[in-house]
Amino acid sequence: MTNYFWFGVFPYISLVVFFLATIRRYRTESFSYSSLSSQFLENEQHFWASVPFHYGILTVLGGHILAFLCPQMILGWNAVAARLIALEVTGLAVAILTLVGLINIVIRRLRFPKARRVTTAGDWFIYGGLLVQVVTGIGISINHGWGSSWFATSLTPWLWTLVKFNPDVSYITPMPLMVKAHIINAFLIILVFPFTRLVHILVVPNPYLWRKTQVVIWNWDRNRIRKSN
Amino acid sequence: MDVRSQVSMVFHLDKCIGCHTCSVACKNVWTDREGTDYMWWNNVETKPGTGYPTRWEDQDAYKGGWVSDGKELSLRSTSKSKLVPNIFHNPAQPSMDDYYEPWTYRYEDLFNAPEGDDQPTAKPVSMVTGEYIDIEAGPNWDDDLGGSEIYAKNDINMEDLSPEQRQQMLSIERMAFFYLPRICNHCLNPACVASCPSGALYKRGEDGIVLVNQDVCRAWRSCIPACPYKKTYYNWSTGKSEKCILCFPRLESGQAPACMHSCVGRIRYLGNVLYDADRIAEMALLPDDQLVEAQREMILDPFDPKVIAAAKANGISDGIIQSAQKSPVYKFLKVWKIALPLHVEYRTFPMLFYVPPLLPVMSMTQGDVVKNDLDELFADIDKHRAPMAYLGKMFTGGNIGKLRYALRKQVAVRVWRRHVTVGDIDEIKARQALAEADTTPDEATAIYKLSALAGFEERFVVPPFQREMAIEMLEDPHEYRANAGFGSRTSPKRS
Ligand code: SF4
Ligand code: SF4
Repeated sequence: MTNYFWFGVFPYISLVVFFLATIRRYRTESFSYSSLSSQFLENEQHFWASVPFHYGILTVLGGHILAFLCPQMILGWNAVAARLIALEVTGLAVAILTLVGLINIVIRRLRFPKARRVTTAGDWFIYGGLLVQVVTGIGISINHGWGSSWFATSLTPWLWTLVKFNPDVSYITPMPLMVKAHIINAFLIILVFPFTRLVHILVVPNPYLWRKTQVVIWNWDRNRIRKSN
Repeated sequence: MDVRSQVSMVFHLDKCIGCHTCSVACKNVWTDREGTDYMWWNNVETKPGTGYPTRWEDQDAYKGGWVSDGKELSLRSTSKSKLVPNIFHNPAQPSMDDYYEPWTYRYEDLFNAPEGDDQPTAKPVSMVTGEYIDIEAGPNWDDDLGGSEIYAKNDINMEDLSPEQRQQMLSIERMAFFYLPRICNHCLNPACVASCPSGALYKRGEDGIVLVNQDVCRAWRSCIPACPYKKTYYNWSTGKSEKCILCFPRLESGQAPACMHSCVGRIRYLGNVLYDADRIAEMALLPDDQLVEAQREMILDPFDPKVIAAAKANGISDGIIQSAQKSPVYKFLKVWKIALPLHVEYRTFPMLFYVPPLLPVMSMTQGDVVKNDLDELFADIDKHRAPMAYLGKMFTGGNIGKLRYALRKQVAVRVWRRHVTVGDIDEIKARQALAEADTTPDEATAIYKLSALAGFEERFVVPPFQREMAIEMLEDPHEYRANAGFGSRTSPKRS
């Protein structure tokens, strides 16, 4: 029953809250969507904190998404032992990079009074959540090797049963405790996501790549005026 | 021809008394909030000096503005390919230490102190952390050459001077300085707008005011390094960038911006000009010393029937065209050619122009006597205390000819007025001075009147914004009823 709640019900709760609350926040409080950068207040350690963390976490996240979307590809890659080991080692290295960045973030926020001043309770909660997530992730990869393969064979099918609204928790029940903690914590982060600074991930500025260099906004309709002449 | 109207400004530097009233007026109206405490959308610097933020003109360090290779224009601080790395950590981003840490005093200590032999003191506390601080810098730390060994000496504009000129400029007897009030220039080719990954910054089409949409800004901080004038600021509390809004709510209701309205020296002029937006891209590629002329060329003659027709076709109303014809900026900039842009070589085409200051030698000591020398007072500008190379670096992209022209004309106006009012310069000499400076008695009189006598209405020709009509074309006004005026119904708080 507990398993059913955490792996069959809780993910839905967290996703529903995620979607409703982010959309609501975007529509009514667009102002609050900000990365809330503190680089202005402390400019040295920021590099050693933000850069490794962001590159690390994005790569790790990308790996998880890839294993979810294309499990066959991962399994195919892992068919050769050397490639499997290379993937595992890379994954671990990137995870450690993330951890280093995250620890630096926390130290920086504690050590510099100006940075501490702009760190809210929500921020501390998120740092805690992310620390648990990264540490359990690294723990899994050390203790329960070949995660890239068993993610693709066990977790991906479970996630797809969630997508199909027919959750089958039997994939998860036999998993070690650390894996379960990793999953529950992941959905916890998704649950609180809309209420924290993490929302900045949703507003990454891709239009920059294709918009015109200068932005000019008219408060009247020039074309209409031109045509009426 | 794509004719647009731009609200533009002239600051007459010979008149600035360095009182900072403008800065305080602006601060009281717009930046008296947490997170904006260190911002001075309007600030006044002493030149030579390092300014605010410290050495902002050093683009090797701050990476502001554009560079041109003759074919293409690119931002110094960012590009599409640098988007990703810059977003995580922007190497060119200045930090609070480059400005100063805002502070206040524990005034209550004065009242709460126990009785004792000493006067109680109010200790300074940081407005960021609330802890006691040692004040190390402020927004006008080098005022009146304060600490000139540290500040004036490090003025980047002195780079091209010979060691001798430098020494002369800083030696106590010749010590020359003037004030440089600065606000956002509401540029024609704004680097801040071009750099913003979110597209939060924009230029208003109908008046050229450059704004940051607070609902779209995500604190990617690109605009702060990109603006070569360092006139976009990061609000450390809300996590949004903010900048001078040219008091658009005041302009829209026909009032002059707060800094201009309050200016004690009456150095400020505001009016709109018509310009050709099609030519910006091509003009911005020209070499440094041609940029002043290029920018002047883009500003169109509001009396030319062709310009008027093209303006109307673009939706510019008769009222705005008429106010462009009355604009004091147009006179200073195009007719008299005595107003110059600040650091035109940054290629943003700033739309705030400066009448460069004259720094004549007023008197000299000869032995024990101080001699006031009239001939010196109206002497050739090359004998003035600030070397041409110094002013040229600031105002003409190194084109000394344009600078001389502006200064000569100003000297000629003074010679002419001296002839008219005091009469100790004879007419032939005075007319000769005018002719040499490419001006006439009529023009000199007009320059004198607008510089010295102009009243409020002549200094500020606020164009009719017709906001109410403009809005109706795009939006249903009923939908925006009871709106705070900024399109936002929630209070700007960090969440
Ligand atoms: S001066 Fe103003 S308009 Fe020009 S680049 Fe800077 S912030 Fe933008
Ligand atoms: S209020 Fe006017 S005179 Fe005083 S510092 Fe500002 S610009 Fe100069």
